[in-house]
Amino acid sequence: MITVFSRPRSLADVSTHYCPGCTHGIIHRLVAEAIDDFDVAERTIGVAPVGCAVLAYNYFNLDFQEAAHGRAPAVATGIKRALPDRIVFTYQGDGDLASIGTAEIVHAANRGEAITVIYVNNAIYGMTGGQMAPTTLEGQKTSTSPYGRDVSNAGYPIRMAELLATLNAPRYIARVAVNSPVHVQQAKKAIKRAFEVQIKENAFSLVEVLSTCPTNW
Amino acid sequence: MSEKLLMKGNEALGEAAVQAGCRLYFAYPITPQSELPEYLSKRMPEVGAVFLQAESEVAAINMVYGAAGTGARVMTSSSSPGISLKQEGLSYIAAAELPCVVVNMSRGGPGLGSIQPAQGDYFQATKGGGHGDYHLLVLAPASVQEIVDLTTLAFDLADKYRNPVMIMGDGLLGQMMEPVTFPSEGSRELQPKPWATTGKTKDREKNVVHSLELLPERLEAHNIKLQRKYAQMEQAEKRWEEYLADDAEIVLVAYGTVARICRSAVDAAREKGIKAGLFRPISLWPYPSEALAKLTPIAKCFLCVEMNTGQMVEDVRLALEGRRPVHFYGRTGGMVPAPEEVLAQIEKLVAGRCEA
Repeated sequence: MITVFSRPRSLADVSTHYCPGCTHGIIHRLVAEAIDDFDVAERTIGVAPVGCAVLAYNYFNLDFQEAAHGRAPAVATGIKRALPDRIVFTYQGDGDLASIGTAEIVHAANRGEAITVIYVNNAIYGMTGGQMAPTTLEGQKTSTSPYGRDVSNAGYPIRMAELLATLNAPRYIARVAVNSPVHVQQAKKAIKRAFEVQIKENAFSLVEVLSTCPTNW
Repeated sequence: MSEKLLMKGNEALGEAAVQAGCRLYFAYPITPQSELPEYLSKRMPEVGAVFLQAESEVAAINMVYGAAGTGARVMTSSSSPGISLKQEGLSYIAAAELPCVVVNMSRGGPGLGSIQPAQGDYFQATKGGGHGDYHLLVLAPASVQEIVDLTTLAFDLADKYRNPVMIMGDGLLGQMMEPVTFPSEGSRELQPKPWATTGKTKDREKNVVHSLELLPERLEAHNIKLQRKYAQMEQAEKRWEEYLADDAEIVLVAYGTVARICRSAVDAAREKGIKAGLFRPISLWPYPSEALAKLTPIAKCFLCVEMNTGQMVEDVRLALEGRRPVHFYGRTGGMVPAPEEVLAQIEKLVAGRCEA
């Protein structure tokens, strides 16, 4: 019998706490597949965020550090500077990366830290119960924008991928989605390329993955 | 290296860190400690070590977290307002039990305050600072030589207890030049850190550096474990120095820069026939309470002198448990007390039979 599909070695054989329909599971898998494809699991250290993916360290068969809210790129900087031959990635949501951690992501990217950032954008604070995020679209109703996001009050949704792409140092920045098999395949390619940029070019890479929040939207 | 060098406190601290095996340093410029990042920006590359100027104190302490989690010896430094920004990271580092050294060359506060020396961060350093039940080990040098000695010790204690260690100086100590010698090199064999996140090899389980415990039973157990560790520190790591305290009827209590001033005041008082002495805590946490209390049979009263409005004096009162009157004299805002001022306080107390 030939095995044609199996769990990536870098993904732990455990149940996750993610809600039914949440795309974190798919994205975790794509990250694990990329790490397996390059056969770098023994050299990889992940950094978990604060948010729905705070427990990501339970779901990968990898060494992990859990960062304070928004600080994952600074923590990853510390790891990578201490161990330059290791593969370091952060896994962050949009509240974490695009709001409280804007300084850390901008400067890690600007320094060209050789890390890979997986930026999962579902346009809402999922873990805390569906509050408005910096990425919430105009007019969208959340528990803290009950009349819809009013840009005259809350500002416009921030476009982190575009913002970071204006910097000189980042080598690869992409935005993908995981809402269809075709998009999942595109996301897989992008995540793999992002790790390749770190492994082969020693440069900064980020993939924004448009996601959903089946519980709060 | 055993020759005598004339060095600024900030620079001597940097050199001591390098010689103690510090291989990463992350910091943000702030007066009055900027000589330290300046020195290390030159020195760290010479030994193949990492100097990185962070975008903020918040980022710097989180870089420390990441690097400490790999098992490397790592340091950051700042001064009062910057140390406030590091408190989030310090709480996480203490919770995740990561070893690191944090330097506070403190200055006048609150707020932006001033750039002159002060000791207004005593509560912040010794009573927590960040959220949750945790402690830093806090060491307070009083000379440039002691900065060197305590920096070396700080790295060893950080590794021993897997705990952040703070070196609490002030602007005066950081800026002052004094002759120093460094401990001989070559004897620094570091213990392995099997808990470090260096990449999960097949021969071990994965390592996770974290502070989240969602189950209350587990978080309580973690807190109990931390408290046990702090109790061990209280057993083994109290440090202090006494000066003419054996027969002293009035005992001054002061740390850091102020302790040197008080020493001069004690000498001046002795010349006037007043039996004054000095008790200088070197570890501010754990606080050498028992050693201080041992002076009560002879001491009639205690005078705590600080460059703040009265912070360590609370620990002095706790140590003495009401057995003797405890008086306080403080200058603040960057004002440094002169030995004559302290002497005047001693004379006033003696005139009032220590009860004034």
